Amino acid sequence: MQTVNDAEEQLKFDQRIIDEQKIEPTDWMPDDYRKNLIRQMSQHAHSEVIGMQPEGNWITRAPTLRRKAVLLSKVQDEGGHGLYLYSATESLGITRSKLIELLQTGVAKYASIFNYPTLTWADMGAIGWLVDGAAIVNQISLQRTSYGPYARAMIRICKEESFHQRQGYEIMTVLAKGSVEQKEMAQDAMNRNWWPSLMMFGPHDSDSAHSGKSMKWKIKRQSNDYLRQKFIDQTVPQIEALGLEMPDPELKWNEDRGHYDSGEINWEEFYQVINGSGPCNYQRLKHHKKAHKDGEWVRTAVRAYQEKQTAKNQTNVA
Amino acid sequence: MTSENNQQSINQEQLAVYEVFIRSNRGLDHKHVGSLHAESPEHALMYARDCYLRRSEGVSVWVVKSTDITASQEDDIPNFIDPMDDKPYRHATHYVLPENVTNM
Ligand SMILES: [Fe+2]
Ligand SMILES: [Fe+2]
Repeated sequence: MQTVNDAEEQLKFDQRIIDEQKIEPTDWMPDDYRKNLIRQMSQHAHSEVIGMQPEGNWITRAPTLRRKAVLLSKVQDEGGHGLYLYSATESLGITRSKLIELLQTGVAKYASIFNYPTLTWADMGAIGWLVDGAAIVNQISLQRTSYGPYARAMIRICKEESFHQRQGYEIMTVLAKGSVEQKEMAQDAMNRNWWPSLMMFGPHDSDSAHSGKSMKWKIKRQSNDYLRQKFIDQTVPQIEALGLEMPDPELKWNEDRGHYDSGEINWEEFYQVINGSGPCNYQRLKHHKKAHKDGEWVRTAVRAYQEKQTAKNQTNVA
Repeated sequence: MTSENNQQSINQEQLAVYEVFIRSNRGLDHKHVGSLHAESPEHALMYARDCYLRRSEGVSVWVVKSTDITASQEDDIPNFIDPMDDKPYRHATHYVLPENVTNM
């Protein structure tokens, strides 16, 4: 029910959005704004955490000690990003255990790219370069999101992302300039990761269910298609520099538009993967549940310690 | 020292110290600006307003009892925080990009 007070608060909220002011946790906000943020931010947090799995798959099999150390550091960063984002989401009044439950029951989503397998070492190159590259384009835009804690988390994350993309591109550079087999491996990993990377920006603006409100509330600052185009435009020259074939034969510079044209994304595949039928959906959630369950003893120990300390403090006071 | 003075200093010490944090603008983090003595959190907030917010310094104030802050030890920082300088590959500058590659 909308009360007079709510109507007044709504006006104040709307004005803040118009004035490019951030909304902070203690401010009044429309229920839908809160819900929308929880959905988007938790999806983002889950993506950071689930995203550790496809890369974690290669930590023990990295080709050199240096590559292994780099990959470990990167995956560790992603775990931290998950933590920043969960904490920021919790400022909206939802608990961590509820967020985890929504993920594990398939209600909450995560980036569909992480439901694809990492078949060869070159996937580590392609993911760092393309997947983190696409994530960075998105996250730079979100540094200006209207919710204060989300914007601040994005600024922190973007600072740490800087090396992720470069280490991936370095892997690709070495493979692309290596033996015939290595070059083929690089080409194959890029081809497989290209389309899912473009899908990371979400449906076309005309089909995006949440875009309208998100743009109005300035949760999202730039449209899916705008950001996708930006990613394509900056990535094509990087493909050329590697000397690899284009992953999409329709990628061509369009003089009139001042952008690269590209082929159509297979949206059927996108929706299938989002809705649970990707090659690794089952495996990713299964592993998450197992890791969560395996960690239960840590949470139990923390609680036991806390109880002990409380009891000790009470005796000291008495 | 007279007994009166003594009485006063005891009173001052009985007041808790509060640390004051101010958000200078929406969207920014709260920053520590100083501290004050107060007899309750509510009063600390008012004193913080009267003392630290006299020239539109901010849009939000936090007061936190100093004793509620758990802090690292300055002397122990080298042992406590490891910047991992021996792992330069955690920084973007470690990776040399081909000359024709920009936007990364
Ligand atoms: Fe990340
Ligand atoms: Fe990353």
